[in-house]
Amino acid sequence: MSRRAMLWCAAGLLVAILYPLLFGGPSLIARSNYAINVAFLILFAAFLGQSWNIAGGYAGQTSFGHVVFFGTGAYVSTILHVSHGWNPWLAWPVAIASGGLVGAIIGVLSFRAGLRGSYFALITLAFAEVFRIVANSIPQTRGGLGILIKADQRPENFQFRDPMWFYYLALVLCVIGLAIAWWLTRSRFGARLAAIRENEDAAMALGIDVFREKVRVLALSGAMCAAGGTVYAQKYLYLDPSIAFGVEKSVEMLLVSMIGGAGTIFGPLIGSGVLHLVGEITRDLGNVVPGIKNAQPLALIVYGLILVVIVAYLPDGLTGLLRRRR
Amino acid sequence: MLEVRDLMKSFGGLKAVDGASLDVDQGAIVGLIGPNGAGKTTLFATIAGFHKPDGGRVRFEGKDTTGLPPHLLCERGMVRTFQITQPFARLSVIENIMVGAYLRTADRSEASARATDVARRVGLGDRLEAPAGDLTVAGRKRLELARALATAPKLLLLDEVMAGLNPTEVTAIVEIVRAIRADGVTILLIEHVMQAVMSLAEHVYVLNDGRIIADGAPRAIASEPKVIEAYLGRGAAERMSAHA
Amino acid sequence: MSADIVFAGVVNGLMAGGVYVLVAVGLTLIYGVLHIINFAHGSLLMLAMYAVYFLFRKPLGLDPYAALPLVTAGAFAFAYLLYRGVIGRFAHGKDENILLITLGLSIVADNAALFFFTGDTQTIDVSYAGRFLQLGPALIPLPKLVSFLASLLICALLGLWMAFTDTGKAIRAVAKERQGARLVGIDVENIFAIAYGIGIACLGAAACLLMPFFYVSPSSGHAFVLIAFTTVVLGGMGSFAGALIGGLLIGIVESLGGLRFGEQLGQIAIPLVFILVLLLRPTGLFGGR
Repeated sequence: MSRRAMLWCAAGLLVAILYPLLFGGPSLIARSNYAINVAFLILFAAFLGQSWNIAGGYAGQTSFGHVVFFGTGAYVSTILHVSHGWNPWLAWPVAIASGGLVGAIIGVLSFRAGLRGSYFALITLAFAEVFRIVANSIPQTRGGLGILIKADQRPENFQFRDPMWFYYLALVLCVIGLAIAWWLTRSRFGARLAAIRENEDAAMALGIDVFREKVRVLALSGAMCAAGGTVYAQKYLYLDPSIAFGVEKSVEMLLVSMIGGAGTIFGPLIGSGVLHLVGEITRDLGNVVPGIKNAQPLALIVYGLILVVIVAYLPDGLTGLLRRRR
Repeated sequence: MLEVRDLMKSFGGLKAVDGASLDVDQGAIVGLIGPNGAGKTTLFATIAGFHKPDGGRVRFEGKDTTGLPPHLLCERGMVRTFQITQPFARLSVIENIMVGAYLRTADRSEASARATDVARRVGLGDRLEAPAGDLTVAGRKRLELARALATAPKLLLLDEVMAGLNPTEVTAIVEIVRAIRADGVTILLIEHVMQAVMSLAEHVYVLNDGRIIADGAPRAIASEPKVIEAYLGRGAAERMSAHA
Repeated sequence: MSADIVFAGVVNGLMAGGVYVLVAVGLTLIYGVLHIINFAHGSLLMLAMYAVYFLFRKPLGLDPYAALPLVTAGAFAFAYLLYRGVIGRFAHGKDENILLITLGLSIVADNAALFFFTGDTQTIDVSYAGRFLQLGPALIPLPKLVSFLASLLICALLGLWMAFTDTGKAIRAVAKERQGARLVGIDVENIFAIAYGIGIACLGAAACLLMPFFYVSPSSGHAFVLIAFTTVVLGGMGSFAGALIGGLLIGIVESLGGLRFGEQLGQIAIPLVFILVLLLRPTGLFGGR
C-alpha cells in the first residue's frame, strides 16, 4: 500500500472512531440514535457485502443465496442462547463455525458437481430457499412466529443500551473484512482465487487445486457472513425465517458489492454508503413530494438500474470509476 | 521421463485418441505433429490430466500418473500450455506469472522475484504491469510460456506456442524454447509451424486418427510416404523439401 | 395416504403443472436460442398478471380469457423492445453478466410493481371460479382445467409453428448454429429478439390462464422464478419436450409434497428438486451429452 493510501485509511478510521462521540456517548453535537443507526447500517451492510465479495468478487463465485450463511449464524447463536441458555458471546464462535461449515458443504456439493457461473448462483438461491422453508417448519426455530431474544441490556450479554456500541462492533467487523480483502490482494491464496475467477482451466494447469480453493473461499465467506447474522439477532432481538433467509438480504449483499466494485477492497464499503445515501434521499422524497407514500421501492428501483449499468459498463463498479478519474 | 502407452480417449462415439504411445527422454525436445483433428490436443490434455483416459497408461519419471488431476501433475513437474491462449485477462502480466510461481513458494516477494526473472527470459520484462488482456497474440503466447515456466517444471508440454506468429516472432520463440531446454527442462511440443519443429525437435511423433503412425528424426519423418499421405499433402511436402 | 387422496393430489398437480409447462417453455426457448438465463422471467410473469388484473377491473372489465390474445401480443411487443433496448446489448458476454442484468431488471420490475400497485395481494372474481368438475375422487376447479388444456394446446401450437413456419425454422437454425445461420443470411439479432419475445409471450398467455384461480402480488415473480428454473433444469436446459414433462412432474411433486409434508414444509419440494437435479444430473432428465 502506498504511503498516501495508508494515510487516507488512517484518517478514515479516525473519523469512523470519533463519529459516534458526536451523536452518542458524550454526544458532542446532539444525541441522535438515528445518526448512529444509519452509520451502523452502512458499516454492517458493508461487512456483509464484503463477505459476499470474498467469494463473489475475488473468487468469481457469484452467489444469489448468500443469506443462507447469515441466517445460519443468526439462528445457531440465537437457538443456543434462547433455548440452551448459552451466553451469546460464547455462541458467536459456534455460529461463525456453522456458517463456515455450511459454506464448505454447499461448496463441496456444488463444485464437486462442476457447477459454475449462473448454475452456481442459482443453486445457492435454492439452498437459501431450502433453509428458509425448513426454518419456517421446525419447532426449534418456532417456525414463522420467530424467536424473540429477551431484552437484557448488559454488555456481557451481547446487548448494549447505547447503540454506539453496536456501531463500534460493526466497525470492528468492517475493518476485519477490509483486512481480509487486503490480505487477498497480497497473498498466495488471493492470487489463486483471482486465477480461478479469470480462468479455471488455466488455474488448474498451473497447479492450483481449484476445487479445494473454491471450497475454502466459500467456507471463509460463509463464516464471515454468519458472524454478521449473530450481530443482527443481538441488535434487533428478533429473528424469523424471512429475515434470516429472505432473498432480499442476498440481493443486498450482492448489490452492495457489485455497485461498489466486486473484487476490490473498498467496493462493499463504497457500495453500502451509496446505497444508504440513495435510500435516505428517496425516503426524504417520500416526505417532500405528496402522494408518494411508500418510497422504499424507489430506492430498490434505483439500485436495480445501477446494477444493470454497472454490469454492462463498469466491471469494477464505482471503485473503477474513481480509479479511472485519477 | 515420460512414457505413454496405448492411451485411449473417446468422446461419445468418437475415438479422439486411439491407443497412442510415445516416449520422451530426459532433456529432449520431442515434437508431436499430425493433421488437424488428429487428436494432438486431446492427447496432450489426457497426458496432463485434463481428461480421464478410457484406457492405457501414463508414466512420468517412472511413476504411474494415469488419470491424476492437472494440479497434482503440475506439482510433480509436468505442465501444459494451451493452444488457444488462456490468460488471466484482468490480471497484469506479472500477476499472471506469479500464479505459476506460487506453486513453489507461498512468499509474495519470492514469487514476484521469480516471476520477474521468468518474464525477462521470455521477453516480457518490459510489460510486467500491462493487463494480460491487452497483450498481442505473440505476447499472449509468451505469457503462456512464462506462466508454465514459473511453476519450475521438469517437463513442459507446449501446445502450438508458435501458431499465428510471424516468422520473426517464431524465431524469437524458438530461441526461447532452446534456452529453456538448455536450463534442463524437457519439452514435448505440438507444432504446426514445420520450420520450428524441424529446427527444434530431435525426435518427432506423427499422430493421425488418434494413433501414432510414425516416429523418428524430423528429416527421416518428412520423407516417409505414410506421413506424407496422411498429413503433409503434396503442397506441404514441396514446402518441406524447399526448406531442406 | 389413501389412494384416493393421492389420485386427487396427482390430478391437482397435473393441472398446476400445465401452467408451469407454459412458463418453462418460454424460459427454455430463450435459453435454447440465446444461451442466456433469463432471471427476470418470474418478474415479467408478475407484470403480465397485473396487466390481466387491470384489464379485468373497471372500466374495461375484460375477461382474462378474452384478454389472452391482447396480453400475449402485448408481452411479445414489450419483450421484443426490452431485448432490442437492453438485454441484446449485453447478451453475449459472460453468462453471469446476463444473469446479473436480468436480476437487475427483476429488481426494477418487482419494486416498480410495489411502488405503483402496493404490496397487496390482488385477485379477480370471475363467475366461473367456483365451478368444479368431478373426475373420480378428484374435484377439479374449472379454471384449472381450462389452464391445463389451454397451456398444452398453446405449447403444441408453438411447437408446430416452430416446425413449419419460416420464422420458426429460422429460430431453430439460430439455436443450432448461429454462425451458420448468419452466413445463410438470417438476421440473427432479429431472431434473438423474436425468440425472447415469444418466450415472454408465453408468460402473457400463462398470466391470463393463471389469474382466474390465482392471485398476484409484487413478489409473485419470485415465487415463480424458482419453479420455472426447476422445471427447465429437470427437463434439460433448452429442451422443449423436457419442459413439458418437467412442468407436469413439478406440478405433481409440489402437490404430493404439500400433501405429505403439509403446506409449509411441502414447499421444500421445488428447491430440493432443483438442487438434486443440478448436483446429480445437471443435463436434466432428457438432456443429451
